Amino acid sequence: MSGPLRIAVPQGALFADTLDMLDSVEIDSSALRSNSRSLQFESDEVTLVTMRPSDVPTYVEAGAVDLGVTGKDVLMEQRERVVYELIDLDYGHCRMVVATRQGDHVADELERRLGAIRIATKYPRTAARYFEGSGRQAEVIEVKGSVELAPLAGLADGIVDLTATGRTLEENALEIREVIADCSARLVANRVAHKLRQSEIDELVEKIGAR
Amino acid sequence: MTYLIPPGTRDILPDEMRELRGLSNTLLQTFERFGYGEVWTPTMEYEDVLVQGDERAAGASYRLFDENGHVLALRPDMTIPIARLVATRFASAEPPLRFCYLSHAYRAVRPQRGQQREFLQAGVELIGASAPAGTAEVLEVLCAALDAAGLTRARIGLGDAGLFRKALEAMDVKLEAQGCVLDALEQHDFVALEAEVNELGLDDSKRDALVTLPQLRGGPEVIDRAIELGGDDISIAISRLRDTADAIANKGISERVIFDLGLVRDLGYYTGATFEVYDPALGHIIGGGGRYDDLLGRFGRPLPACGVALFVERLHVAQAGGERRA
Repeated sequence: MSGPLRIAVPQGALFADTLDMLDSVEIDSSALRSNSRSLQFESDEVTLVTMRPSDVPTYVEAGAVDLGVTGKDVLMEQRERVVYELIDLDYGHCRMVVATRQGDHVADELERRLGAIRIATKYPRTAARYFEGSGRQAEVIEVKGSVELAPLAGLADGIVDLTATGRTLEENALEIREVIADCSARLVANRVAHKLRQSEIDELVEKIGAR
Repeated sequence: MTYLIPPGTRDILPDEMRELRGLSNTLLQTFERFGYGEVWTPTMEYEDVLVQGDERAAGASYRLFDENGHVLALRPDMTIPIARLVATRFASAEPPLRFCYLSHAYRAVRPQRGQQREFLQAGVELIGASAPAGTAEVLEVLCAALDAAGLTRARIGLGDAGLFRKALEAMDVKLEAQGCVLDALEQHDFVALEAEVNELGLDDSKRDALVTLPQLRGGPEVIDRAIELGGDDISIAISRLRDTADAIANKGISERVIFDLGLVRDLGYYTGATFEVYDPALGHIIGGGGRYDDLLGRFGRPLPACGVALFVERLHVAQAGGERRA
């Protein structure tokens, strides 16, 4: 936990905005823009590590990196991981929603008659907690790929998923029924690093906040 | 043939065991040097006894029935067993009482680096010495134990269990609203904390004080900074921590302590100062503790108390990590 601060950078949808954010606080991200196959980029001030967003809480909790950027959706799903959520980075905005087939209220009808609704999702813990919290029974089915397929193919009555524009839902004849949470990119810190590297982390958070 | 052991438990072989034994002896000798006598209590307690100390049985996770149908629980830490022991075996002994232990404890955890279902703790309990002097003594012993283990880079996070709640009370925040804010704090979620504080409808200076307070950590100057931010509301809430800071300065161990105004620990029995122990070689805490001035009273012997426990296996990992970097 000495040497340069280690920061996890999420691949995928948050990647480009995260690099811009780093540049805006004078952390050079050019090495990550260089199309290299490397996963770790070291400089004198900071070590940047790229990984899947859903791995970020794992690395941060274990202290393998000091800081990381990931989506609130990931943090909600991995709520039991002890990480400090420092700041809302205000990009990667999207919503965690419950969606069912457009028009007909077949899901409501099924829930009334069968006492439970079948929900397909990549976020099984978030979905289960949401339905439990609102006093409803749901059979949560975890899928890894395109969740929109599940209601179309008859695997589930509805889905819980993340949507930014709603276009994918629309193209698959699904519509939003409930919004579970607004999500965006967050900066998280390891519990020990948050204490032992307080001044460096506070300085960075302040710069990001003032961006 | 291979035969399994339960996840989160492990076998320890001679090379590792030799080092662990050495480390354990070092810790116990340090505790003894400060006048803490070693005690040994049963691995399992009646569940009722644990519940007497903490309504959630301090996180006990493994229960079994004995031949008479009584519910036994594997102890989740040594604090409640020692409170029981003091109330029962030392019912009329003159305080203060000083005990130390080297014991396994059991909790349900997700097995991963540094987390075990069965783990070895070395710690002290100081019974009958009130804050701040008792707290400072326990921290002094803790520092000596870390030094003896060669963990000179380790630091102690020091907070106060009631600080944030008291600040909310001083600002006349309603009880239900306090719950939402404290939940966010317990989750270490400063984004949600700010959102919840914004909902309270306080004036700007109070709002800023509440949002900033749990993020303040560093030397004793953070206490002054908090008072600067929150005026009288914070000044009252933080007086207990300030007294502790003075007592620590007198012991000459301020350098090792990080005052952390956002520190919360999840056990229900803490009443004042709370600690966490950090080492730069490890991303997890290597120990924790605090004051539990009400716990002994629940066993019929009201005495102020304070203790700390170190996770011996994690200390060992930190030792190895420190040597690797050195």
